[in-house]
Amino acid sequence: MHELSICQALVDQLEGIAAQHPGKQVAEVYLGIGPLSGVVPQLLNDAFSVARAGSCADAATLHIHESEIIVRCLSCGKQSPATANRLLCSHCGEWQTELVSGDELLLERVELEAFEQSGESSQKYH
Amino acid sequence: MCDTCGCSITEGNRHLIDEGGKHEHSGAVEVLSNLLHENNHTAAHNREHFDRHHVLTINLMSSPGSGKTALLETTIEQLGEKYRIGVIEGDLETENDAARIRAKGVPAVQIMTGTACHLDAHLVHSALHDMNLDEIDILFIENVGNLVCPASFDLGQHYNVTLLSTTEGDDKPAKYPVMFRAADAMLITKSDLLEVLGDFDPQKATQYLRNLANPAEVMTLSARSGEHIDLWIEWLQKRFQEQQQRIAGGETRRPAIQADGIALHAAR
Repeated sequence: MHELSICQALVDQLEGIAAQHPGKQVAEVYLGIGPLSGVVPQLLNDAFSVARAGSCADAATLHIHESEIIVRCLSCGKQSPATANRLLCSHCGEWQTELVSGDELLLERVELEAFEQSGESSQKYH
Repeated sequence: MCDTCGCSITEGNRHLIDEGGKHEHSGAVEVLSNLLHENNHTAAHNREHFDRHHVLTINLMSSPGSGKTALLETTIEQLGEKYRIGVIEGDLETENDAARIRAKGVPAVQIMTGTACHLDAHLVHSALHDMNLDEIDILFIENVGNLVCPASFDLGQHYNVTLLSTTEGDDKPAKYPVMFRAADAMLITKSDLLEVLGDFDPQKATQYLRNLANPAEVMTLSARSGEHIDLWIEWLQKRFQEQQQRIAGGETRRPAIQADGIALHAAR
């Protein structure tokens, strides 16, 4: 349910980026989301269609790259894939690990295009 | 962190740069900033505010009805003479919890979130305008009862304390890994009911917490009977002393895990 708050924060960031590029609007938005970020990609996608309305990202498409959970063992030093509720080392079974990836909640990249008043771009991206 | 634009390249996302081989600022803007950048910025501001006033701030999180307010009432009874305590209460509606805290003679500010399922740094910042931090030693933020959303929002607290009541089931850390991974301490509350319930195993709950690679201290206690409350009181006083030492050394502390926070920190 907090996905909408997060999308509103995303749109604020997009507005800031668009403001630095006069005459352009946001066309593509690339996010990196990890399973341990506490955010559900599908819900984020749904919320984005609400949050972007009337903003510089009104016609933007959201791309979500879902990262994998990787942990590094504090005992044997090896890295291994893990699941959200079992962040154990798959090599030696140790529970004391640190997260290498999997909790991302990142705005990775934004693609801008020349602003079109005809609404052509919204057709292009829907 | 990239020195060019202040972005957040970490070990987890570096491949995006390496593979693409680009980090340029033309039609495509590589941003790599946390989606909650604004919130985190305000949270850092709140934390500076707390540190400047020598306040230790604890964020209490749990599902509704697990005993956060009861724990605070008992804590105030035990420590109210020694420390000046303040409470920020987060609920969707009503001033009920703030009224319970005020009845103990402690200042409380109620944040009513309406429909929002969590507190964020901006809401806490606004609440701080109604609280005189010069008159507070330990500030508790009682988050909205919810095991999902509050975990994603840094408020500026120094520690996250997550409550798990014995009536909820010992597998909650496995079911809500994001929340329990963020805990600096886990309190198993309502321990006086363990005997009647019979199916809650504190050791299992601890094991599920360890499966999240979380070494946080686990305390099994009851605010009602007072059982093992001394463990919590001792934990709290230690954290208060550490906070004063940190402030003297010009340092601060973020909760053990904040999504991305550690990675961003390590990359600096």
